[in-house]
Amino acid sequence: MSEPTVRAIERLDLLTAETSEGAQELQRREFTKPSELGREIGAVLLANDLHIDPTQVDLERRDDETMIINMGPSHPSTHGVLRLMLELDGEYVLRCKPVIGYLHTGMEKTGEELSYIQGATNVTRMDYLSPVINELNYSLAVEKLLGIEVPERAVWIRMLMSELNRVSSHLVWMATNGMDLGSTSMMIYGLRERELILAFFEKTAGLRMNLNFVRPGGVAADLPDGWQDDVQVICDTILERTYEYDQLLTGQPIFRQRMIGVAPITAEEALALSVTGPVLRSTGVPWDLRRTMPYLAYDKVEFDVIVGTYGDNFDRYSIRLNEIRESIRIVRQCVDMMPRGDYRSQDPKVTPPPRARIGESMEALIHHFKLFTEGFHVPVGEVYSAVESPRGEIGCYIVSDGGAKPYRLHVRGPSFVNLQAIALLMRGGSVSDAITTISTIDPVLGEVDR
Amino acid sequence: MNPLLALSDPLFDHGVTGVIILIVLIKIVVGFGALMNAVILMIWFERKAISDMQSRIGPQRWGPFGLLQTMADGLKLMGKEDLIPAEADRFVFKLAPFLVVIPAFITFAIVPIGGTMHIAGHVVQLQMANPPMGILLMLAMSGISVYGVMLAGWSSGSKYPLLSSVRASAQMISYEAALGMTIVIVILVTGSLTTHDIVLSQGGNILHWNLIRLGLVPFAIFLIAITAELNRPPFDVVEAESELVGGFHTEYSSFRFAIFFLAEFMNTITMSAVMVTLFFGGPAGWVPPVAHLKWIFPILWFLIKTTIFCFCYIWFRAALPRFRYDQLMDLGWKRLIPLSLGWMLIVAGFLISWRWGLLMGSVVIFAWLVLTRAFELGKTRESGPERVLPTIGQRPIPGSVIRKMSEGDS
Repeated sequence: MSEPTVRAIERLDLLTAETSEGAQELQRREFTKPSELGREIGAVLLANDLHIDPTQVDLERRDDETMIINMGPSHPSTHGVLRLMLELDGEYVLRCKPVIGYLHTGMEKTGEELSYIQGATNVTRMDYLSPVINELNYSLAVEKLLGIEVPERAVWIRMLMSELNRVSSHLVWMATNGMDLGSTSMMIYGLRERELILAFFEKTAGLRMNLNFVRPGGVAADLPDGWQDDVQVICDTILERTYEYDQLLTGQPIFRQRMIGVAPITAEEALALSVTGPVLRSTGVPWDLRRTMPYLAYDKVEFDVIVGTYGDNFDRYSIRLNEIRESIRIVRQCVDMMPRGDYRSQDPKVTPPPRARIGESMEALIHHFKLFTEGFHVPVGEVYSAVESPRGEIGCYIVSDGGAKPYRLHVRGPSFVNLQAIALLMRGGSVSDAITTISTIDPVLGEVDR
Repeated sequence: MNPLLALSDPLFDHGVTGVIILIVLIKIVVGFGALMNAVILMIWFERKAISDMQSRIGPQRWGPFGLLQTMADGLKLMGKEDLIPAEADRFVFKLAPFLVVIPAFITFAIVPIGGTMHIAGHVVQLQMANPPMGILLMLAMSGISVYGVMLAGWSSGSKYPLLSSVRASAQMISYEAALGMTIVIVILVTGSLTTHDIVLSQGGNILHWNLIRLGLVPFAIFLIAITAELNRPPFDVVEAESELVGGFHTEYSSFRFAIFFLAEFMNTITMSAVMVTLFFGGPAGWVPPVAHLKWIFPILWFLIKTTIFCFCYIWFRAALPRFRYDQLMDLGWKRLIPLSLGWMLIVAGFLISWRWGLLMGSVVIFAWLVLTRAFELGKTRESGPERVLPTIGQRPIPGSVIRKMSEGDS
């Protein structure tokens, strides 16, 4: 070999060593432990129930016939910075291993340094597609610890906003899923409809994405004047458009071929992996926290929990499409049943006084000062509360030592948990199916890495 | 004087003189320039049309209606760093783009874009060349451009382009078979290979077009096969940007990438033109009785027909999701090839006599039944214990678990 070639190879080796994730990466079979191998081929139940020896699988395909390929962290359809390492036999996936951590921003740790008031603006950035639901989840946990009740109107505003947010999140999913399947028009259509909702968010909260709207004690602001009309327009438009999606995708022969029967998961496997959300419901398990463990006022509205039968990609698609319609149904009921009253708790220890009061009342000034310098104190204890995010059960675990900041803040991200099913779902599919499968699991990497 | 040349082109009837060489040169330059301009317009047209379908605006900054956007993009690409990966096979890597772009040009040379003209006492056909092997040249050239794609992917020394080049070679070769078969059907009724004769035989009214004359089936097969041949959506598995990043041109940058890009659009135009030639009578159409301008109307007709097909490709791209690789091969081998073969037999039979035609028809129906049965057998084998890729253990059939659970509840 010539001198420059040798140097080039050395440089390449150095580069590989520098960018390596070490043991997190998918290794050749002879360097992989059987337990690890079992996870990579997606043997979830089988290791215990059917006594499968992972080292005896794919014996006819040895390492010199397969190719380990690196998908991500920067790949057009890994939805952010998910990195998948796949072992391919031609076009078909034999093993898969997700490598995460490329978007780790230490948000949970940051949450321990922020007061409870500031916390909402931190958690809203985790799952950036459903900010309202993140905030809601955090606020519900804090309120549970504080033991306060929020006014009725705040509850209904929260419900309205989180259902609108669910619609917008599913619309982004429809868009990216279309993009992954090569249907570029769907990408634009999904984002076009989402724009309506974002505009309404902007009108209500002042921001489009990370709203910081739902806070411990209520919501940040009352709904703007004429909100009923805006919401009506949003509901009518999007509901009408979902039937257009039916024409563009649901009934499309190529689309059906690509989705039906691809990447099935059974209810047992889904439960064993503690998968939630549309992925679990696609297997026929009617587990929706809005119905099974009602929070806010979900027991007072009518809606259907959409379930699938086969647990394949098409079921997951249909569930999300129909959940948009169900959410719109809930939003309409919210508009009809919206009570009058305060939009936030009037407890001066939690809610800052209005600006006008500070000039008049000494007490208001003191409360204002204390709340924005130190924050409110929360009784000692620990709490876990969970809500249904578009991706599944999002939970918030807070340990309080009695101070103004949480001692420990942990968020159960549904994307993170659902991502475990990826090896199981991908096995045996082609590279194209792998792309569809990542898409239908719908991970948001901000939430996976936190 | 080569007798082969004179065989199909009246220009060479009386030997080759300086004037004739000049005419040929002018034809080449005009054809080249026209195709280049058409490509620029096609890129603009595609971006504008698809923007309209997707409620966007599309290019609008450069030139009127954004017409110069492609020029700006081209200049930008030329100004970029020309990168060759360390792992690449340098010679093949550099060669590959030209293997794609040159066949695209050559194919256009045989397309008749108008009727005939009289220049300096010579009869000039409005097509760059009219070789006796005619349409076979197009098949040969599309065969060569497969090499370009395949070698580009292989020589990049990277895994995604490699996957893409494997897909490309398989896909393009399998669709070439169906494509060739439909061309055979056209040649059968025409009795000549030259594109000029193919167009002439479709002259007269619309009923003489091969589209109607051969039944719609050969045209449908040709349209599907040519879309796959072009790697256009929904058959763009070769450069599926959401799967293989960029496919075979992932590692290409700068002008080499621009060449691939150019070749793709050039092929789109060329193949639309070939389709018009084969099935829509090429430049045939109504010519108003205007003196001195009669030659321009065939060209207009040709342009209109070609534009319609260019629009069809854009429409496909906006409306359809992408096929999966194995589904694509299924469509090619299990549907298109048998169908085109059967149709060819029927057409050939009817060309001899109606008895032969009916005989061939019954043979084809019998073969169709046998094939259907064979596919069914293959399907059960695929999902049975002998399927190609074994699943892990015995995963229960989806749905069975739920049924058990609900039975337990009741």
